Amino acid sequence: MTDTEFLLWVRGPAFSAATFIMCAGLVIRFLEIFLLGRKADLAEARGSAAAGGFRTLFRRSIPDAGSFQRSGFTIVSGYIFHIGLFIVIFLFVPHILVFETVSGLSWPGLPSNIIDATNVVTMIALLAVLIHRVKDPVMRMLSEFNDYLVWFVTFLPLLTGYLAFHRVALSAPMLIGLHILSVELLMVLFPFTKLSHAFTLWMARWYNGAIAGYKGVQS
Amino acid sequence: MSGPSFQRGYNALKEEIDAPTAAFFSSCVHCGMCAEACLFFTETRDPKYTPIHKLEPLRKVWKQEYTFWGKLGKALGLSRPLTDQDLADWETLAYDSCTLCGRCSMVCPVGNDITYMIRKMREGMAAAGHAPKSLIGATRRAVTIGSPMGVKLPALQAQIRHTEKEFDIKVPVDVEGAEYLCTLSSMEIMNFPEYIGSIARIFSLAKVSWTLSSKAFEATNSGIQIGVSDIAAELVQRIVDAAEELKVKAVISPECGHAYMAIRWDGPNLVGKPFNFRVLHILELLDELRAQGRLKMKDKEARKVTYHDPCQISRRGGIIDQPRKLINMVADNFVEMPEAGKMNWCCGAGGGVSSNERADDLRLKTFARKKAQLDAINVDAIVSACSNCRIHLEEGLEEYHMELPLLSLTETIAEHLAEE
Amino acid sequence: MSKDKTLGETLQERGISRRSFLKFCATTASMMALPPAMIPVIAATLEKLRRPSVIWLSFQECTGCTESLTRSHSATIEDLIFDTISLDYHHTLQAASGSAAEQAREEAMQENYGNYILVVDGSIPGENNGYSTIAGISNKDMLLEVAAGAAAIVAVGSCATFGGIPHADPNPTGAVSVSDLVKDKAIVNVPGCPPIPAVITGVLVQFLTFGLPELDQLGRPAAFYGNSIHDRCYRRPFYDKGLFANSFDDEGAKKGWCLFKLGCKGPTTYNACATTKWNDGTSFPIEAGHPCLGCSEPDFWDAGGFYKALSIPTEDIGKTAVYAGAAGLIAGAAIGASLRARKQSAVKNHERVTIDDLDQES
Repeated sequence: MTDTEFLLWVRGPAFSAATFIMCAGLVIRFLEIFLLGRKADLAEARGSAAAGGFRTLFRRSIPDAGSFQRSGFTIVSGYIFHIGLFIVIFLFVPHILVFETVSGLSWPGLPSNIIDATNVVTMIALLAVLIHRVKDPVMRMLSEFNDYLVWFVTFLPLLTGYLAFHRVALSAPMLIGLHILSVELLMVLFPFTKLSHAFTLWMARWYNGAIAGYKGVQS
Repeated sequence: MSGPSFQRGYNALKEEIDAPTAAFFSSCVHCGMCAEACLFFTETRDPKYTPIHKLEPLRKVWKQEYTFWGKLGKALGLSRPLTDQDLADWETLAYDSCTLCGRCSMVCPVGNDITYMIRKMREGMAAAGHAPKSLIGATRRAVTIGSPMGVKLPALQAQIRHTEKEFDIKVPVDVEGAEYLCTLSSMEIMNFPEYIGSIARIFSLAKVSWTLSSKAFEATNSGIQIGVSDIAAELVQRIVDAAEELKVKAVISPECGHAYMAIRWDGPNLVGKPFNFRVLHILELLDELRAQGRLKMKDKEARKVTYHDPCQISRRGGIIDQPRKLINMVADNFVEMPEAGKMNWCCGAGGGVSSNERADDLRLKTFARKKAQLDAINVDAIVSACSNCRIHLEEGLEEYHMELPLLSLTETIAEHLAEE
Repeated sequence: MSKDKTLGETLQERGISRRSFLKFCATTASMMALPPAMIPVIAATLEKLRRPSVIWLSFQECTGCTESLTRSHSATIEDLIFDTISLDYHHTLQAASGSAAEQAREEAMQENYGNYILVVDGSIPGENNGYSTIAGISNKDMLLEVAAGAAAIVAVGSCATFGGIPHADPNPTGAVSVSDLVKDKAIVNVPGCPPIPAVITGVLVQFLTFGLPELDQLGRPAAFYGNSIHDRCYRRPFYDKGLFANSFDDEGAKKGWCLFKLGCKGPTTYNACATTKWNDGTSFPIEAGHPCLGCSEPDFWDAGGFYKALSIPTEDIGKTAVYAGAAGLIAGAAIGASLRARKQSAVKNHERVTIDDLDQES
């Protein structure tokens, strides 16, 4: 298979397959969770569960001062790589074009040298996060294969993106093809690993806020 | 009677798993932030006390019963199914090192309510026969005698007579049509009987119509702490029956954290239908009276005081502002400790930990957290609204050679109440 | 055609000054990014050239490559070079036709067996030989026969190098490239649709002077195909700044911004268009406002659409996502229902826990 044929394959049937698996998988994941249901609360409400749930969706992104002091590294490095991922994925014009094709929505992007710098910062943050995971006693105890796999499939698109952007070693079609392939790997694994937290955390935060809001506590 | 068994425990875990539980386990990314919120970890630095780790058995059941890949893995023999040994191994994690304080649920970045799930996991642990012996003992006493400390009606009656004599006041019992049915905790009856006198005097001054019930005076609920809803429901039902029999408008829960949680928030869900009476914590009623101007104070507390938030009342119960308004009414020198309010640190005694002798050493170790908070402010006394917190804090202060009196908020108000 | 005069002698006869000749060599050297020291080497080698025999076979082609080459506005020296290379067979340029033309080819092959250069343009039907024949001989047979005695083969244009437009889906003639059929000879691929004239002549000069040039993994001379359009494009600063034309006549287009969004294949296309350009350095497609088609890359006709940006998937992803969602809903509902049933049965199996249950050893 030539480099061009490879690129066409990853842009073609491979991308369609990955999209199918990811979308179907996420919907199944959501229903797997949601259809288990929750018993209605028969106690007299003090506050609004819905308002609590809604507020917690956003408020939980702001750590309290005590947590920040004690888990500062986790919080800061976590924010850096999440924000970095957001910028690199959603504000790079070649990527925005993909979203436009699928959804019809488009938005302005950032200059590519800024994206490139952000990519480097994000990769460094991810490496720091990995080292922390291995060295911190709590995280080391909690971590299993799934956690390292997820780290790897998140890191890979950033790395291949960097190589494709800077044309390192291989031909352009091969580099771009490998980058798209690494994204497809991420897509395929999304619903079946902890990566799904990107979607399920909204459910978790909602339930948390609703349970607390019912009692009049802003969680 | 079939007795406890792994099958019953496993089945209970399956029953307990719901959509929130599934959402929580799906979202955990093993970041470890919950550990830094749990005083059992912060004061021991032992990673096994990481809150989400305490839930491993429940998570396994969720994975292997309620997820496609988990079920497949189990069927293909790729993952190890849960065993009775696992539950045995997790007994100290589920009981000795968790007070159901709820701090972990507040800090988890993906929004997991770990406390909610610990409560659920205990259902399986207990049904499988892996609940702590001392908790079982307390529960047996609660079911058969009516109080986990074995306090019987005659003991209460003695305290009532004593109170009536000391304050020249009537303590109503079994008065039908009274507005409020007050419940008590055994700890108060035995160790802090001043509470009875305090509410009697406050209600007399504020002209509140109230009563006790001879059939249902115990507010605490061991069923909640051991994690057996069947038993918890039986215990709550006693209060419900009494409230309906006496036709009261509201039930007042005393200065006890878990008692409030048991009847206010868990109660209707345990018995399976909404109550036709309201439930208030004594602090809520007192704050209502304060707002209505019905509490007249003769003087104020002179000492510099701080307030310890009992977890089940404040963070898990929703009563955070009321005690502060009340303290400000009765004290001029009120200082908040660091992280006061809904993020306050647990005293270390809730969730059945103080009834668990095996957990004594660990519990005293965790007091270091509260000590650190107290060391940051320089107060003369600590005010709180839970007798379990009070007993444990007193023990901790003694252990660490600190001289600080523990005050009950209700008693403090009564102490500075105007004469009639 | 007199074959005994050297190129140098012929040029002298034609009155081409040594200065002009050296200028040509200098231009060629710089195009191949060779140091100035190589100019006298190129000059000396070319001078001594006895006009090599060149047989040019045209198969399934549009003649665009020949048109490009002969329309070259480069110094007439290039025309002369072709005059002085003995072009013994070329459909468009030869005077003879019919059996006389074929005879000329056979004579040239015989006289220069093992030494002539074979240039091919157009693709070849690989299986059904009837699709394209010359004088009753199938393209494939003629190619293999002529290739057998060639010193080297130069495949000119995307059709000869990769199959070109005949090879595009559904490829009704079963068209294949030269390198698909000839396996035992060195082949230099000079793709492009058409290739830049100066690149064709440059490759020939490079070959005549230095022998087989350094080739990339697709057999293209690295000197001309070593960089992508994207890496040499004058609009690259706009790409880097995130300034793109959204349509052919919007503000961005008028300002000359990057054409990535309009489907430019510059990033994955290797050619000399951005540096050498066309029409003696006048312009190239991007400069004229049209995205690069990627015409020097294999299968550029089927590479996902000329006007679809490189990063966009080629299939209908929106539709796939909707179908996937629907499939997920159905499967999820079924799975969810079975999970609920599982939970309900656990609830049904609940045995009321009493204090006696807790007290016993399990």
